[in-house]
Amino acid sequence: MNFGVITFPGSNCDQDMVLALRRIGFSAQSLWHQNPDLKGVDCVVLPGGFSYGDYLRSGAIARFAPVMEAVSEFASKGGYVLGICNGFQILTEAGLLPGALLRNASTRFICKNVYIRPEAGLMKQDLPVKAYQIPIAHGEGNYFCDSETLQKLEANSQIWFRYSDEAGNVSPEANPNGSLGNIAGVCNANKNVFGMMPHPERAADAWLNNTDGADILRAFAACLN
Amino acid sequence: MRFSVIVHVMPRMGILDPQGKATEAGLHQLGFDRIEKVRIGKQIQFELEAESEQEATEKTEGACKKLLANLIMESYTFEIQALPKG
Repeated sequence: MNFGVITFPGSNCDQDMVLALRRIGFSAQSLWHQNPDLKGVDCVVLPGGFSYGDYLRSGAIARFAPVMEAVSEFASKGGYVLGICNGFQILTEAGLLPGALLRNASTRFICKNVYIRPEAGLMKQDLPVKAYQIPIAHGEGNYFCDSETLQKLEANSQIWFRYSDEAGNVSPEANPNGSLGNIAGVCNANKNVFGMMPHPERAADAWLNNTDGADILRAFAACLN
Repeated sequence: MRFSVIVHVMPRMGILDPQGKATEAGLHQLGFDRIEKVRIGKQIQFELEAESEQEATEKTEGACKKLLANLIMESYTFEIQALPKG
């Protein structure tokens, strides 16, 4: 499995992602926002950060980067794409994922460990349904879509993760940012484009006393094969 | 012809506007307690070269839909004014 991680101006989790993927045992290389060559990778990752300073709206300018046309074409042909945090925001702005990320309900930037629970039905063999502790760090992570879209997401098993408590209960108390239905991650209808606000690459190393993120990245890669 | 354009982008009705809510709470604390329904959007100004006001309107519509507003969460209105020559 060969991953390509895009660096946009203002990305700040790109090297963390490359490092995390390599430590898990995958091959990973950096891609540059101005170069539309995806270098034949199996999966393109849009990392976290503040691409283009989050000007106008988070992800709004990055979606016009030269590399993004290639990413859209890659995705339309069934290529796998993963967006983390700002990468998730870029994918919604580009229309590759449904919905939008609004300002957190508290108006505050939130940087802390939270629990997320994968939904059954998506990657169930490889990612047991339980709570995974993963950090979040965002000001605009409040997932929103209209009710028609939400129904489709639920009917088509496109909800990837929901915020939960440590025991895996999805409740309003476990919702850090006001996301609709506690949604922390979704995929597109074809199930080849994925996005999540929490940062698995920041919880993928035994030194950090948390490898829940490595489990998620490993399960994600396994579902691509 | 040259046109001056002012675009107003607002969070859609029914979508939580936490900035507006926080600002309203601040206003109430300062004694402006009869101010209600505070909502915060943004204003974008630019100048545009077009053959007619209709063309300027169409170009502005395109810019709003493609970039300036995210229609999932925002709505927009704009004002267009022809600028005097020279």
